[in-house]
Amino acid sequence: MPAYTLEIIVFALGLAMLLVEAFVKLEDKRSLAWLGMLGLLVAFGLLFKVEPHAADDTNPFWLFYSDDRTSLFYKGIALLTTIVVLLMAVDYRGLVERFTAPAEQGAPSQAGLGEFFTLPVFACGALMCMASAQHLVSIFVSLEAVTITFYVMVAYLRRNVGSLEAGVKYLILGALSTGFLVYGFAWLYGVTGSMELAKIAEVLNSGEVNETAALFSFALILVALGFKVGAAPFQLWIPDVYQGAPTPITAFLSVASKAAGFVVLLRVSKVFLESTAGDLSAHAATAFAVIAGLTLLYGNLTAIAQTNFKRLLAYSSIAHAGFLLAAIAAAPTATEAGEEGGLTVFHVVGFYLGAYLLMTLLAFMVVALVRVHRDSEEIEAYRGLGKTSPFLALVLLVSMASLAGVPLTAGFFGKFFVFQLVIQQHQWWLLAFVVIGAAAGFYYYLKVAAAMYWQEPKDGDTAAIPVSGATRTVMLLLIALIILAGFAPGVILSLVR
Amino acid sequence: MTLLEFIVFLPLLAALAILIGAPARYTALSAAILNVIAVLLVAIRFGENTLETLTPSFMASSRELLASPKLSLAFAVDGLSLVLVLLTVIVTVAAVLASPAEGRIKGSPKLYYVSSLFISAGALGAFLSTDLFFFYAFHELALIPTFLMIGIFGSGENRKRTAWTITLYLGVGSLILLAGLLALFFQCGGQSFAFSDLYESVNTTEGNPIPGDAQNSTFLLLLIGFGILISLFPFHSWAPPAYAQAPTPISMLHAGVLKKFGLYGLIRVAMPLLPEGAAHWQTLLLVLLLGNIIVIGLVTIAQRRLDTMLGYSSVMHMGYVFLGIASGNAIGWSGAALLMFAHGISIALLFALAGSLRDRIGSLEFDAIRGGLAKKAPALGLLFGFAAFASVGLPGFANFASEVLVFFGGFKDMGDGLGALQIATIVALWGVVISAVYMLRAYRNVFKGPLADADANASWSDLTVLEKTPVLLLLVALMVVGFMPNLLLMWVTPVMESLTLFGR
Repeated sequence: MPAYTLEIIVFALGLAMLLVEAFVKLEDKRSLAWLGMLGLLVAFGLLFKVEPHAADDTNPFWLFYSDDRTSLFYKGIALLTTIVVLLMAVDYRGLVERFTAPAEQGAPSQAGLGEFFTLPVFACGALMCMASAQHLVSIFVSLEAVTITFYVMVAYLRRNVGSLEAGVKYLILGALSTGFLVYGFAWLYGVTGSMELAKIAEVLNSGEVNETAALFSFALILVALGFKVGAAPFQLWIPDVYQGAPTPITAFLSVASKAAGFVVLLRVSKVFLESTAGDLSAHAATAFAVIAGLTLLYGNLTAIAQTNFKRLLAYSSIAHAGFLLAAIAAAPTATEAGEEGGLTVFHVVGFYLGAYLLMTLLAFMVVALVRVHRDSEEIEAYRGLGKTSPFLALVLLVSMASLAGVPLTAGFFGKFFVFQLVIQQHQWWLLAFVVIGAAAGFYYYLKVAAAMYWQEPKDGDTAAIPVSGATRTVMLLLIALIILAGFAPGVILSLVR
Repeated sequence: MTLLEFIVFLPLLAALAILIGAPARYTALSAAILNVIAVLLVAIRFGENTLETLTPSFMASSRELLASPKLSLAFAVDGLSLVLVLLTVIVTVAAVLASPAEGRIKGSPKLYYVSSLFISAGALGAFLSTDLFFFYAFHELALIPTFLMIGIFGSGENRKRTAWTITLYLGVGSLILLAGLLALFFQCGGQSFAFSDLYESVNTTEGNPIPGDAQNSTFLLLLIGFGILISLFPFHSWAPPAYAQAPTPISMLHAGVLKKFGLYGLIRVAMPLLPEGAAHWQTLLLVLLLGNIIVIGLVTIAQRRLDTMLGYSSVMHMGYVFLGIASGNAIGWSGAALLMFAHGISIALLFALAGSLRDRIGSLEFDAIRGGLAKKAPALGLLFGFAAFASVGLPGFANFASEVLVFFGGFKDMGDGLGALQIATIVALWGVVISAVYMLRAYRNVFKGPLADADANASWSDLTVLEKTPVLLLLVALMVVGFMPNLLLMWVTPVMESLTLFGR
């Protein structure tokens, strides 16, 4: 089965959900979400049945679309995230019903729920295309397909000012970054005369290009993709958008959208980082190192002061982007090491994002439940959770431990591999930033743990938060995977390779 | 599953069972006792094994988790790790016994036992791992349980501040250590995390292939990283308040067992693999360890609270272990290893007794204690006296045997005149006087003298059987080793001989 069948299945699933929602009278719109999850689960299963195209297949389609292991890995990330996001959306539906009511102050209604369950499926299809894109055109088109879907989803709670504000901010800055991306692509095409990444790499290696122009195009692309993954100094949108968007969508943005952004960033920057002619690769690596240092510092240090948990997770998402960028900054000779069978930057980034998926989704699942039942996202609302809902508190504790990078969790191996690359490259300055970032992480993640376990619940917050069977199962599954990957990183690494 | 894997994972499984709903105290206690039996089985099978391998190889098991670079969950035991594992399981049983019964804990009793089990598993894993990665990773299992426990159940107004201090201080220390270990890993070829491969890579016919500069910088990173975890002067300030304010079982495990991880790391990893680096920083180490013994010793005398005083005394005694390590010969190193055991047991003993005392009289401020408490609670007084004498290093307790060896080690390789090491040893000897001053004074102030009427009429009474059990267990261990140090030395010395000769 060729890889693109998966995208066809996912888009067909989205259309089917739209049709069902339009023509079938559903008593409870939740069944749409279950349908979506089931379809995506099937697609995820089929992922392991994909066969790569034959080497002698010269169809030009394969210039646009790659079906290597890396693409499949990121398709898997997109599918898994979407499944969990739909589950979260089911838990979160109360708020959607409240803030999408037909009348201004009307009663909650399920009228807006159908699209809330369907849009993520379309975004998932687009993310999967993005994972495979290796041609400037397919990169641009899939990226835009993702972003436009997200514009709608971020602003979905249309009677909630925060959500609308987030939507507007995301739209304006997103459009701006798209402009940078197209302009950068245009320059790259002008410099190399090609839109295929493989061909571009060849031309850049030949040494017969104008280096300044090539670097200029690199800088423009870096700005645009830096925006997508939340790298400083292009990170300003993240806290507001993450805080305002509906929680499942925030999780989606923070995991799947970031992962897809990184795979594109890796693919495009590889062309520059591995260029053998001139100083191109050295300049590109320096740019990455500077951005990584800034991102690490900004994300980790500003996270310390946050009192809103969702905002904290937004800064944490910037911080983790910093660790990933540090890995990319240490890339060029790491790839040389990779030829001897060691870890390449693709492995390190892939593993990190896999681990990040597990622990971040876990955290957001708790955030969604607490938001619905305690009507707050402040860290205050988590006070005494260890007494009132011990299960949720333990879930969040595991997630925080992993995000902070406590050994024997998946998150630690992610950071460990980054440390390894940076030390191997003797990037001592970058190492200092990585250490400061990781140390700050201990503080702000454990702040949440302290609120849950050290403090008494607020008055009126003494009731246990109900957790549905499906949510509980998925949470336990994620915890098991976090610990498994914390002992045996090969579980995830073997999928990237 | 091999026996060693069973020993490491049993506490974790017990912790999981408690979280799911098994009765906390009984599950934890049975796991701890089962682990003692398992370790004794290992000890019996190990016997008088004098197999001179550089890295642990007895009962070796290995599960490869990553092919390149080679990373495996590998466990094995040798004389040195056996002694430390023995220490861990003994203190674990005592700590679980010293935890308050479930009815008396306000808040969730589960957390008490789960935390103790996590710390125990972390220490066991670190001492038994023969893979650099897991050696490091297991140690960190204690981080979050310690943080939560001090914050929830700690005593004193400042407990939250203390919990943050210890967690962030140790967190930063671990990150520096991680950087140092990874730097070492790359200098040893960067292909495998297995101890045996690391040793092999530096064991060439041309001597240690790691250039001097690299050895110096890496050793410094490791010395600071391990030093923070061991509370080497001047990185000690996290320790005394944390030990004073943590719940009793956590202080026992942390001061008694976990701190030994850093010392074990210096002996197992840093010193043999980076001999030039170790020699380069020898003088610095000597100065710092005298800081531990003399400066912190004097600070200990000035303490006005029994629990903080014990915390400082624990920091001070680390200086002797460092002295043993700095001597660089088998006698000094064996003394250091024996002292790790002796100090671990005796400090756990002191914290257990101080915890019992705090439960009774509320505050451990010397000013608030009117003295004469031995009349009211003779058993508590007697046992505390024994513990204090052990800590000072009176003959008959394991501390004496080990300190003597450490001092012998200091003079073993003496040249024509007094070297820096000998001078440091002579200065360090005065530490014995200092510790006698603060320990005996504390004992007199608390337990001797006339009993005030208010205390005589107070409603509390002497130690219960439940409280005596862990204390007696620790005391017996201390005295058995004190009279027959060879029980442990026969395991430790061969290892230390081959380690100190390695690479010279």
